Amino acid sequence: MTLAIDVHGLNKHFGARHVVQDVEIQVEAGHICGFLGPNGSGKTTTLRMLCGLLTPDAGTGTCLGLDLRRDTAAIKRQTGYMTQRFSLYEDLTIEENLDFIARMYGLDRRRERLNESLERLGLIDRRRQLAGQLSGGWKQRLSLAACVLHGPRLLLLDEPTAGVDPKARREFWDEIHRLAEAGITVLVSTHYMDEAERCHDVAYIVAGRLIVRGTAEQVVASSGLITFQAEGPRADRLASQVAQAPGVLMATPFGENLHVSGTDRAALEAAIAPHRHPPYRWTETRPTLEDVFIRLMDDASHDLGHQGQPQ
Amino acid sequence: MSGFSLTRIVAMLVKEFRQMMRGTPSVLLLMPIIQLMLFGYAINDNPHHLPTGVFVQDQGEFSRSVLAAIRNTGYFDIVATARSSAELDRLMALGEIDFSVTIPGDFTRRVVRRDNAQILIEADAADPSATGSAVAALATLPANALTHDLVGTLAPVTAQPAFTAVVHNRYNPEGITSYNIVPGLLGTVLSMTLVVMTAQSLARDRELGTLEGLLATPVRPVEVLIGKLIPYIGIGVVQTIVILILARVLFDVPEMGGWDALVVGTALFTTGSLALGFLISTIARTQRDAQLMAQLYFMPSFLLSGFIFPFVGMPQWAQVLGSLVPVTYFLRIVRGSLLKGQGLAVDWSSLAALGLFTVAVSALAILRYRTTLD
Repeated sequence: MTLAIDVHGLNKHFGARHVVQDVEIQVEAGHICGFLGPNGSGKTTTLRMLCGLLTPDAGTGTCLGLDLRRDTAAIKRQTGYMTQRFSLYEDLTIEENLDFIARMYGLDRRRERLNESLERLGLIDRRRQLAGQLSGGWKQRLSLAACVLHGPRLLLLDEPTAGVDPKARREFWDEIHRLAEAGITVLVSTHYMDEAERCHDVAYIVAGRLIVRGTAEQVVASSGLITFQAEGPRADRLASQVAQAPGVLMATPFGENLHVSGTDRAALEAAIAPHRHPPYRWTETRPTLEDVFIRLMDDASHDLGHQGQPQ
Repeated sequence: MSGFSLTRIVAMLVKEFRQMMRGTPSVLLLMPIIQLMLFGYAINDNPHHLPTGVFVQDQGEFSRSVLAAIRNTGYFDIVATARSSAELDRLMALGEIDFSVTIPGDFTRRVVRRDNAQILIEADAADPSATGSAVAALATLPANALTHDLVGTLAPVTAQPAFTAVVHNRYNPEGITSYNIVPGLLGTVLSMTLVVMTAQSLARDRELGTLEGLLATPVRPVEVLIGKLIPYIGIGVVQTIVILILARVLFDVPEMGGWDALVVGTALFTTGSLALGFLISTIARTQRDAQLMAQLYFMPSFLLSGFIFPFVGMPQWAQVLGSLVPVTYFLRIVRGSLLKGQGLAVDWSSLAALGLFTVAVSALAILRYRTTLD
């Protein structure tokens, strides 16, 4: 197993704020790692440190076998970083933007590469359109195309699908999987749980600390969370009653259904007992990643005395 | 539902005020204060104490009296005593003196004999607004300068003045103000466009988020600097050529020569202005901040450089401030070249000052520019 990313003890302060604390992260080459965590938890800062946009205060390790601190220039050449905000030039055309990026990386056969890229994007006919006129979904596809133009071995994607419609998101993830198949390693931050499930493994960061690492299955299993689902006419209305009961950590309505979660099976069963009768049907179900993460987030903020880290 | 709502107006008002205070309100307050100070105290369109050089060949009593009378007008400070008229010419070409006074060797004798005695006063009329009032003050000189000396047997029998003061305007004999203003415009136009445009360029990248994308590529700071500045240098060259042609065609500004100094000076000034703009854009967080900072630079460049108001007419502190802005030196070079035909040999000190500014600001700009977002 080769590690594309292997860093330890990553730390970053902005003034008095300790934004990233002792983060250790390994990503296997050719894997897609989902980088999750609440807003302001340090995801963007970590990604920026990995691609040399920020200098870590402390921490050692390698990206693509290159030293994180010493070889930033070499890492940049082999890494594609997609910023959270659209960072291509809105007043340049699609083609002009790609041409600029191609020159920045000193690529040969520019004409050919641009045409290939535009072809793959499906933008060959709109190549002379200003990038600023593209819709959110197209902007994001263009950004990805710009990121991979120089044939990077590592992709760092910062919330690439925020605000993009489901079809475009689906297509975007298909493309990411194709890239991973070709051997590119991807570290992608996201708030969407369906996207997290499409990753080979996930890393969860809260308030600058990495707290969970593993496949989605492993993360759910290791959480110790037990979830019951109630079905029936407007079972969701039970939420506020059930939430009061001891042992219930979360009671979350999903449409007319209700998910009730906790870590103590006996207490949980006692809590739902008063409602375990028709018309409600109760079944044990696998907790979702979302349930697990909300639970982790609550735990972490209790531990930290509710010291959320604004970005 | 619609109609005129006071609540909404107040909401707008409160929002605008909050946003205004969140920016850099100190600059908005600073600006009028600085302007008030500059216009109120620094600017003087009737400058006194103009640097004057003298070449006195006549050692008599009368010469001393004439010089004293010249000094007493308040317009002339005798700062140099030359040993030849060539030396006087050189001092004036260098801009160290605005006036030269020559008293010929036979002055006393001719005054005594009432034989058409003359003194020669030459004015550097390149900036007519600086020297105009002083020249006017010379009108009464012959009538009054020697009244205490010419008593007894020497007392005048007629109302005829004892001597005449011949005044020559050098460089711009007709005293046409546009000859001075138009070449000066080159300095202000170049700094207005170049400093302001470059100041905004990097701040714009930061504001739009394109800087982050740029920094993620392998680009190096010096590559960004050079690549961003060269197009503006092109703009500067075009502006310079247009202004020089229009100055000649529309305003008949004499273009006497000194092209070597003009070319080197323009190149240095353009580069320095661009580097300054770039430096500002590494400091400013937003385009608006950059704009305000550029304006803060622009004000002394406009008012204290000698562009509109004579440099020599300003109080000492304003002259010190004025000598910190590069436009001051650039104006001297441009006027020196176009109006006096001066080349590199004469203008070297202004060129050196410009060079120093350019090197220092460029170095600072490169030091300040970061390849990271830290």
